[in-house]
Order: sequence, then C-alpha cells, then structure tokens
Amino acid sequence: MSDVAVGAAFTAQESAAIRSDFAILSRSVRAGKPLVYLDSGATSQKPRQVLDAERVFYEQHNAAVHRGAHQLAEEATDAFEDARQTVARFIGAQTQEVVFTKNATEALNLVAYAFSNAAAAGAMDGVDPALAARFSLGAGDEIVITEMEHHSNLVPWQELARRTGATLRWIGVTDDGRLDLGDLDTVITDRTKVVAFTHVSNVLGTINPVAAIVDRAREVGALTVLDACQSVPHMAVDVVDLGVDFVAFSGHKMFGPLGIGVLWGRYDLLAAMPPFLTGGSMIEVVRMEGTTYADPPQRFEAGVPMAAQAVGLAAACDYLTDLGMERVSAHEHVLTEALLDGLAQRPWVRVIGPVDGKDRSGAVAFVVDGIHPHDVGQILDDDGVAVRVGHHCAWPLHRRMNVTATTRASFAAYNTVAEVDALLTALDRVPVMFGTVL
Amino acid sequence: MDLYQEIIIEHSKRPLHAGLREPFNAQVHHVNSTCGDEVTLRVQLNGEGRSAVVADVSYDAVGCSISTAATSVLADEVIGHSVKEALTSFAAMRRMLTSKGADPGDEDEIGDGVAFAGVSKYPARVKCALLGWMAFTDALTQAGVDITTTPASHSVPSSSENNVTETNANNTIRDNTITSKIMEDS
Repeated sequence: MSDVAVGAAFTAQESAAIRSDFAILSRSVRAGKPLVYLDSGATSQKPRQVLDAERVFYEQHNAAVHRGAHQLAEEATDAFEDARQTVARFIGAQTQEVVFTKNATEALNLVAYAFSNAAAAGAMDGVDPALAARFSLGAGDEIVITEMEHHSNLVPWQELARRTGATLRWIGVTDDGRLDLGDLDTVITDRTKVVAFTHVSNVLGTINPVAAIVDRAREVGALTVLDACQSVPHMAVDVVDLGVDFVAFSGHKMFGPLGIGVLWGRYDLLAAMPPFLTGGSMIEVVRMEGTTYADPPQRFEAGVPMAAQAVGLAAACDYLTDLGMERVSAHEHVLTEALLDGLAQRPWVRVIGPVDGKDRSGAVAFVVDGIHPHDVGQILDDDGVAVRVGHHCAWPLHRRMNVTATTRASFAAYNTVAEVDALLTALDRVPVMFGTVL
Repeated sequence: MDLYQEIIIEHSKRPLHAGLREPFNAQVHHVNSTCGDEVTLRVQLNGEGRSAVVADVSYDAVGCSISTAATSVLADEVIGHSVKEALTSFAAMRRMLTSKGADPGDEDEIGDGVAFAGVSKYPARVKCALLGWMAFTDALTQAGVDITTTPASHSVPSSSENNVTETNANNTIRDNTITSKIMEDS
C-alpha cells in the first residue's frame, strides 16, 4: 500500500482486503443482519494473521518460555523474546523496557504497587537514593489523575492513596469534553509524586495534550503514567517522543489476542522498582532465607508467560505496521467525521465529547433525547449494529458530563463509511420506536 | 423485535405510582452497575409478616424503558395485595425472565408483567427488568418480612441471576445501597 499517500484513508479496494482478513466481519447476527461491528474500543476483532501466528506457535514451537534446554524451549523463548522486540519497535521503545502483563489493568496496577511496595523494609536496598525517593509515597504526598479516566487508571490510584495515606487529586473535564488545564499548576504541585492520565478518552474520544501535562509533571519532579489503550491501536505512538515515564496498553484492542497487555517504562525506573507479582521466572537467586530478583523486564513477569499471546500481539503490530499507522489514523478520522456529521444532522442526538474532529479519536459517545442508551443499543443491535452502552468503565466521567450512561460507537481500521451509514439508519428507528420525535 | 411491547413503552412513558411518598416502613436504593441506573423505592405495609398488605410502593427511578416499565408494573401489581401474593408474583416474574424464552409468563400471576416475556431472550436486559423487583424484595426485608423461604423460588432454575437475587435479599441489611451483581461492567 506504499503507492498511496501516507495520510490517506483506505480505498474501497483496500478496505475490502482488510475486511477479508477478519473472518468474523462476514458473519451475520440477529436473524441474518450483516454484522456492523462498532465496538472496537471495547475489544477489536482479530485478523487471521494474528490467529495464524498463535496457531503456528502452538503447532510448531510450544514450550514453557525461559525454562529447559530442549529445542522447543529454545524456540518458544526466541518467539517470545522476538515478540517483545517487535512490540518495542512498534512503540519506539528499547526491547528490555517492554513488560508483558495480562492486560493494561495489570500494567497500571504494577506501577501503582511499585509505590506502596517500595515502602516495605529493604525493598529499595541498593537503589540510587534519588531514584528510590521518586517511589516514596506517604501522607502529604499527592497522586494526580483526571476525571476522564477509565476505572483501570482510576481505582488503582485510589487504592494506592488508601494504602499509603497519600492524597488523590484530579484534573477536571470541561463541558465540551477536554481536560481543564486552567488549574494545572494548582493541581500538580511540589507535593505531586505521580501523574496518571489517559492519552485518549475511551468515552469522549478526546486526544489529550500529553506534552503540557508532562512538562508540568517534570517541573515538580513527578513521574508520569500514560494509559494508551485507546491511542496505540489507532495512531502512531512513540513512547520516547511522548516524554512520559510509563505507558500501558492492551493487546486485544489492537487486533491482538486477549490476555496480554504491555507496560513500557524507562529502564532506570523499571530497574529501581520492586516487583509486583512474585514467583517463578522473576527471580535471580532464591534461598530459604530470601530472594533476589531478575532485572527488568523478567522481574515483572512472574510465572510461565503468555508466549502465544505475545506472538499474536507481535503479529498484530506487524499487521498494523503494514497498514501504516498514519493511514489507520487518517481512515478512522474520516469515519469519525462522517459519524459526527450524521449525528449533527439529528437534533435529537447529543454528542458527549468534542463535536468536531480536532484532536479527536474514533470513539463517539452520544445520548438520544428521552431514550435510555440501553434501549438505543438494543434497537441498533436489532439491526446488527454492535455498539457499547453504559458508562464504559468511566462512571465519574459520566457523572461529570451529567449523564447516567451513553451509547458509544468506536472504530477500527476495518470499519467503513457504509457502516457509519448503517448505524445512522438504525439510529433513526429509535425515536420512531419510542414515539419521541419524527 | 419482540422486546419492546407497546405496553412496555406505555409504562415507561407514564410509569404508574411513581414518586416517593409517605408514610413508608422501609426505603432502599439499588444501582445497576452496568449502566448506572438507579431506583430509590419505598414500601408501606399494613399488618405483619407475609399476610401484611402492601399499602404502597413508591419510587424514584432513573433507568431504561425496560427497568422503568418493570417497576411501574411491579407497583401496580403488588399495591393492595398481600406480601405473600407479591412474593408469588416476584417468583413468577423471575422464573419467566430467567427462562431464556421458554416461559411465556402467567397473566394471572404477573398481570402486565407478561409483556416482559421477550426480555428473557436478551440476557443483558434481564437485570433491567429485575432492578425494581430486587429493590422491592429488599425493602420487604428491611421492613422486617422474612422473604428467604419464598416457596416458589425453589422451583426457579439455578442461575447466577437467582443466586444474586437471594444474596442481595440477605445482604442488604447492612447497607441500603445495593449494586445489582447480575452482570457487572468493568
């Protein structure tokens, strides 16, 4: 696809080729309706390249990684470590800075627990005191998050505050669904030890100004943690360019398998951090009296790792790289604009979040006047259109936007403008069904 | 689709017995953790135990058409009837809703509730239809009625919905805000 402009949406022919890689997209639902899958923000579908990679691993190379000297063990370990390299390259990272976790939630908890585990006796022995101090958290210290966080980047920090006595503070959200950076300097202060925020809102689609927040966090010496679950699958992400200290994302939202997530962290920080889960694989020397730990990333990968999923995730990275992240982003932007335009023509629909395409990703949440999102989603489902309804694991954000719940459509590279039209057509049935307008 | 019967839409637009009234013996607050739907529900009884008459059910609800209509039908169905009859209606309603389409419901037992038979084919919506009912049975417990030996409940096929309903009924004394755990969102 190199003969097409870098920033162009996929052509009809290219779209058809992409869609043919995802077998599930050709199935029907609800008595013969073609599936219109607009719930990739929850989880994406998987191309056969990913499924094949997993199958080949199991059929040809399966063994427990980092254990044993037989040939299969070597091949499995190579496959796993090659996958780490591929994922690292995909996000512009050093290979040893990529930690595989079971999902993004675990990755975020891993970082949160580093702070409270650092307080244990001896946990930071041998660590440069300046680095160790960055993980020291207690009463008087502050943790900063935002009001638009997914529960996975919210509850772990609430819990960390509870465990350590630190105070949780947050950056607010404006009525139009952007972070309210007006009081950034009063929320992030010398007391702040860590700032955790989302790159892209899973509800509003807002792309947050990472640099502005990182600059302020650096001024006060706070660590930064970025939830990149909704950005890595949809736009080119370079962790070094972002300037943050940690990045978490999940495999299953980016065409990869379920059961694998990624934590990227700056190596010196990872090396200073105490482990989260302990057991096999993550050790250096074990004696009955005590244990020393392996270097990162193994320190954070206790137990037999999910090698097949890692191989599948690497295949997903290759798949996205072949599509071109600039083009994925451009394509989804076209879909987002088409949906926002279509919704704007329906005065009985209100978009929750930015109403134009600027600094916006392809998650579009909306409410229909007088009709509950569950009912909206049910009518759409009846036409084969799969969207998500509810609070999308961002309950405080919904409260802030003065809605109980929303209907959310979210795109991936395989979606088409025809599917946006299918959504809008199905949506027109909703007020008719409930006799509200039309 | 057979989910949105006219009678459900009617009830959802003009819910019967809505609003919070006094007097009341017990008030509960239940939340559906998937969508954030909430109901505050009050019960007023005349008499003691299962022979008591449900003098009033009043409520303030934020919810989808299914949950709003179900609570409306519930109030209309149980007001003026004995607790025993109300619990029989609840058991019949729950049996129908968890039958995956097999049980069309008995109009004599649940009145307009039969309109919700289609809900049982949509597992994600069963909890919507049960939200008000779970709040109601919880309120009965709060009001001092022992509902745990509801005879009809033993004939209900075992499922997570049923277990949770029982659990909620038993666990609500400590805390009046209950999250329905039938199908949680992350």
